[in-house]
Amino acid sequence: MAQGDNTPTAVLEQDEADLRIEERLAAERAKDLLRFSTAGSVDDGKSTLIGRLLYDSRNVYDDHVRAVTHNAEIDFAQLTDGLRAEREQGITIDVAYRFFSTAKRKFIIADTPGHEQYTRNMATGASTADVAIVLVDARKGILDQTRRHACIASLLGIPTVIAAINKMDLVGFSKEIFDQHSRALVELAKHLEIPDLHVVPVSALAGDNVVRRSERTPWYGGKSLLELLETVPLAIERSNAGLRFPVQRVLRPHQDFRGFAGQVNAGIVRPGDEVVALPSGFRTRVRTIATWDGELDEARVPQSVVLTLEDETDLSRGDMIAAADAPPHKTRHFDATVVWMQNKPLRPGASYFLKHTSHTVRARVVGIRSRIDVEHLAQNSTNELGLNDIGEVTIETSRPLLADRYRENRTTGSFILIDQEDNTTAGAGMIRSIADAGEGTGEQQAIHGILDVGNRAALAAELERRLLAEGALVLRTRAAVSNALVTIARLGAVVLVESDDNQPVMFTAVHGADPAPHELAAEQLDEILDELERLGAIPNNGDENDNGLGI
Amino acid sequence: MTAIAGEQPHLADINRQSHNGEATPAIVSQPAQSSPERLNHIQLLEAESIHIIREVAAEFQNPVMLYSIGKDSSVMLRLAQKAFYPAPIPFPLLHVDTGFKFREMIEFRDQYTAELGVKLLVWRNEDAIANGANPVQLGTQRCCGFLKTQALLDGLRAYGFDAAFGGARRDEEKSRAKERIFSFRDSAGQWDPKNQRPELWNLFNGRIGQGESIRVFPLSNWTELDIWHYIHLEKIPIVPLYLAKERQMLVRGDSLIPLEQPFVKGLPGEEQWVKCRLRSLGCSPCTGAIRSDADTVPKIIAELVEMRNSERANRIIDHDQDGSMELKKREGYF
Repeated sequence: MAQGDNTPTAVLEQDEADLRIEERLAAERAKDLLRFSTAGSVDDGKSTLIGRLLYDSRNVYDDHVRAVTHNAEIDFAQLTDGLRAEREQGITIDVAYRFFSTAKRKFIIADTPGHEQYTRNMATGASTADVAIVLVDARKGILDQTRRHACIASLLGIPTVIAAINKMDLVGFSKEIFDQHSRALVELAKHLEIPDLHVVPVSALAGDNVVRRSERTPWYGGKSLLELLETVPLAIERSNAGLRFPVQRVLRPHQDFRGFAGQVNAGIVRPGDEVVALPSGFRTRVRTIATWDGELDEARVPQSVVLTLEDETDLSRGDMIAAADAPPHKTRHFDATVVWMQNKPLRPGASYFLKHTSHTVRARVVGIRSRIDVEHLAQNSTNELGLNDIGEVTIETSRPLLADRYRENRTTGSFILIDQEDNTTAGAGMIRSIADAGEGTGEQQAIHGILDVGNRAALAAELERRLLAEGALVLRTRAAVSNALVTIARLGAVVLVESDDNQPVMFTAVHGADPAPHELAAEQLDEILDELERLGAIPNNGDENDNGLGI
Repeated sequence: MTAIAGEQPHLADINRQSHNGEATPAIVSQPAQSSPERLNHIQLLEAESIHIIREVAAEFQNPVMLYSIGKDSSVMLRLAQKAFYPAPIPFPLLHVDTGFKFREMIEFRDQYTAELGVKLLVWRNEDAIANGANPVQLGTQRCCGFLKTQALLDGLRAYGFDAAFGGARRDEEKSRAKERIFSFRDSAGQWDPKNQRPELWNLFNGRIGQGESIRVFPLSNWTELDIWHYIHLEKIPIVPLYLAKERQMLVRGDSLIPLEQPFVKGLPGEEQWVKCRLRSLGCSPCTGAIRSDADTVPKIIAELVEMRNSERANRIIDHDQDGSMELKKREGYF
């Protein structure tokens, strides 16, 4: 460093330079973040379009450009293609995420393949997208795959679809051809109930209307593709639902602090708000929103915070804090659209783990009502769903979910199904309609019988908590099992018996004439609850599959 | 108002302003981006990462956070602090040490982790180090294989970790662009890029069988620029090697190679004092520096915005074979 740099003048200049940088940084930080998915086949020029978008908005690095420049021509598609296998096959085989930014916004692209066998990838990319870009070849118009992409975008609840009519250069930038495709797309969007559709004439290869508006389409008065991406609202800005705060973890660093860590899935929360703790239904108020950066006066979707409540409240992972005046549904039965993602087909009666918010339960697919033909937008009856099929199913869970319809909330309305043998993600689901159990139905489904846990005090405490949370009438006692306890259980209670014996967990069902203890082959809480259900301690209304679901 | 028009107050400030109802009408004249209705991209990314870190802590028996001492690790560590605040971070950090890390990195590691009171584990492939493994003798691929990949797999196995956080970002390198946030590894620690679990919404499948594990990338959606913004905003301490100063380097063509190790020897005239800094921190023989005057974090950000070369271009190891990162990752490398 030269001596002269330390003179007062140099220091002043230095400070001013830093100040200018700071101003630029602040403007940069203020940008929000839009996620969009692209779907299309190799022939549509999807990779070329993304490559062009990145290149023209000055978002590619020199060494990447050099690596894909051959004979002075940039291969735009290669700017976005990644893995070896796909270079060998010449196709994009999986979801690839790309990042770029403009002066207005930051963007994440979920680039997904258009090949039929990869519907699951398209759904994956679409699940978090604010916008879907659907590519249409100007020479071919709407094809099966166009309908497929639009249909998946609609099913996955992407609010904005931008249809890019590509290869306009190959049809002489014809207004007639563009108008014809536009009309068909508007019809399609109406049919699929896509709320927000934009149609743009582009040439990805030549760059028309990708970043800058083209002089070759003087008849088009709309925005370029990038201008649209810079201005459409984020999906979260469109929702105005009540608070949904699934508890991920309870934080208890010391006796004086008990906080619930989670992410705001919907709505806004402020200290003093009246909330309901679910599934217990206990009402209380938010005391603080605790964060590393200090206490907040407000947290909104999708912030990750810690809530403390006014009253000692029974909540653990998988439970939810929700707006007291607009709680979610509490349900064990619902209809859902499922995208099937594993080779083993889905058949009625099959059981899976179901993960919903921070809650994993066992679930049974009680019926498959139809398979959706995403190319012809029709529903066909079927009794199984294969890999990449999308269908309407009815699901029953071992424990109640605190859920909303997917249309109302993409987070509390979605779930994944996990294979119980190999743990792979077998399917992804969106809740369409909920058989509203209502308070009364919930109580009828309460467990009853005698559960003898021996000397497992911690298990007894946790079971008591969970059963109470599900609305069961619980009597926890150290009295020996007797006729009196059988009678109490028959009246609809769960009698939780503790003793000093180190014994297996025993259960006595009381609906038969001659109740006898039965050893449960389960030690974990969820397994015990599932086992109780299997034994019929939680009455299942067999006829519920046939009514009240709007089939 | 123009003087502050571009300035984005901290979220807490915005919230206080709006909640007290004392905001002056001047707020209307601010750009839409500063509206209290809207979270900026850094806040959105932070919320997502914290959610991911908490999910892992809740669903795994024995998670660990891989700590490489670099800028991404530093951000990940801060996010972990935030995720569990006011409780402590409920898992240890693991540093896989090749023995070739910069002295400044090791000093920073020991001091910073002690300051935070986090539990730090260090794992080295002592056999290979004792046998004198180095990139000049073995070539970069085999050297990485022994000192990084093998050491990592051995370390994870020795402690029985079932989930390991890594600071990798999807924008770093092409094969990382399709990495999942929860990335499944078989019992040999290997990645199968063609057969990954689909990942939808914010629902992560953390179910694994005996001996299997998950690598978790909470910074997947951050870019290099986001990382630097966050370091600046949060005042996160970083290894001084990131900041430009006069350093003695081996200058060969466009490359600046640090003279840390005895086997890195220049020809006469190649060893020079250069004002430079490191864009990413790795092993000293295989991490090139760049000429730079950026001696503060804001200047690094300004430099990045101007720069048109991707960050890993200075890593010798990624270029030794076409698609080499993907090969390494399949074998178990982060």
